[in-house]
Amino acid sequence: MLNRRDSFAAAAALVLGATAMPRFAQAQGVEKATAFVQQTGDKLTAIVNGNLGAVEKRRALTQVMEVTVDSDGIARFCLGRFWRGASADQQKRYLAAFHEVLVTNIASKLGEYRGVRVSVQRARMQEDDVIVTTTVERPNNPPTAVEWVIGQPGAAPRIVDVQAEGTSLRLTQRQDYAAYLSRNNNDVDALIAAMKAQTAAGK
Amino acid sequence: MPATPRRRATSKTIPPGGAIALLTAVSLCAALAGCATPPPANDPEAVADFRQTNDPLEPANRVFYQINNGLDTVILKPVAQAYRYVVPARVRTGVLNLLDNLGAPVRLTNDALQGKPKRAGDTAMRFVINSTIGLGGVFDVAADLGYPPHDSDFALTLANWGVPEGPFLFLPILGPSGPRDAAGFGVDIALDPFGWVGRGTRAATAATWTRTGVGAVSERERLLDPVEQIKKTALDPYATFRSLYRQNRTGKLDTMRADTRATIPVWWPGANAANAPDGQRQTPPAK
Repeated sequence: MLNRRDSFAAAAALVLGATAMPRFAQAQGVEKATAFVQQTGDKLTAIVNGNLGAVEKRRALTQVMEVTVDSDGIARFCLGRFWRGASADQQKRYLAAFHEVLVTNIASKLGEYRGVRVSVQRARMQEDDVIVTTTVERPNNPPTAVEWVIGQPGAAPRIVDVQAEGTSLRLTQRQDYAAYLSRNNNDVDALIAAMKAQTAAGK
Repeated sequence: MPATPRRRATSKTIPPGGAIALLTAVSLCAALAGCATPPPANDPEAVADFRQTNDPLEPANRVFYQINNGLDTVILKPVAQAYRYVVPARVRTGVLNLLDNLGAPVRLTNDALQGKPKRAGDTAMRFVINSTIGLGGVFDVAADLGYPPHDSDFALTLANWGVPEGPFLFLPILGPSGPRDAAGFGVDIALDPFGWVGRGTRAATAATWTRTGVGAVSERERLLDPVEQIKKTALDPYATFRSLYRQNRTGKLDTMRADTRATIPVWWPGANAANAPDGQRQTPPAK
């Protein structure tokens, strides 16, 4: 049987452990997220600065994004309150269209860049996510601070948002879709059709 | 990722008479074009979204967006493209720097009115260094010497004083704005000492219009790629510009408010930690 002092020590250890553990996990998450952003940045710049053709570039980009970006999570966020109202079939078609939109947008955006450099500056926790600040340098352009929001930093880090100059990629996209839906009778099918038309034009 | 059109004070320089005429025209047209229809009250989520968007004049705003877009396509964008084609990148950067430097007095006033001594110090040092070593502002030497640029205008000052942003407005020529931003824009023009020099003389008028014109073209050149990208990728470019503009303004306000660097003499104990720029400062670990 434990004596009183032992049980006090055990209780203290339990309490201390309970408070110390999340902090330890947090520090580990920040570290993991930072390494993750550095690796992803290296992969992306290798593709962008490489000599691949447009089609191969897109394929390489899709591969990297599949394992680094939480596309489904971003997609659900962007549809906002309309996600719950959509049928299972609509949700499935919307997710598929969204993956295409994301890759197309980023491919066309990165297509303009050459000689890009991404360097990690610092990282901080924000609720359950880690925000990693990087500096993106491009020739003939002033360096831009780009923040990567990393979800599940401790377990399986994934990019959930990218922010630059105070603007969030997913929030902008969400408001774009909300405006489109409100002008098209809140018809999710119309949105999916517009998304598909957009990727077809952007390819 | 859509890069944000970043607005600077330099692009907003318009002679006072013109600005007043514009604002009058805006309010008249807005009154004629009508208001946005709010969603039915039995759909609380839709109502919340409508309130958050805070764009009651959306139909009028969209008309002005179309007009601006048309004017931009036939006038400003081709001029900006020609400017990019003819003028080398280094010269264009020099022009942007020069215009930025001319905006320093207005920025300094606003830094002070916002109660941000360190930012005011940055602006003052930037103006002194760039006007001299930077050859009248052509070269941004100060940034390399540890005085980074920042945005500051009277709309941010008003925001810091507690004035809310108000509904969204899309103004002819000037583009995305709101009552607070438009009022701040007018005050900034009145505050600008370069606008006072030789007011009324032909030379001063010519100088003001030149600065306005060059400012508009060089700013548009800088935004050629981002704007093109947004128009290509947005399903509703108007709503996307509205969202980006608001987020960008809120971001600037947050950055300004978060800048609590102190102005403590370097010999004071612990001064270096308190004076360090944001992000490098020692902060207690988050709980």
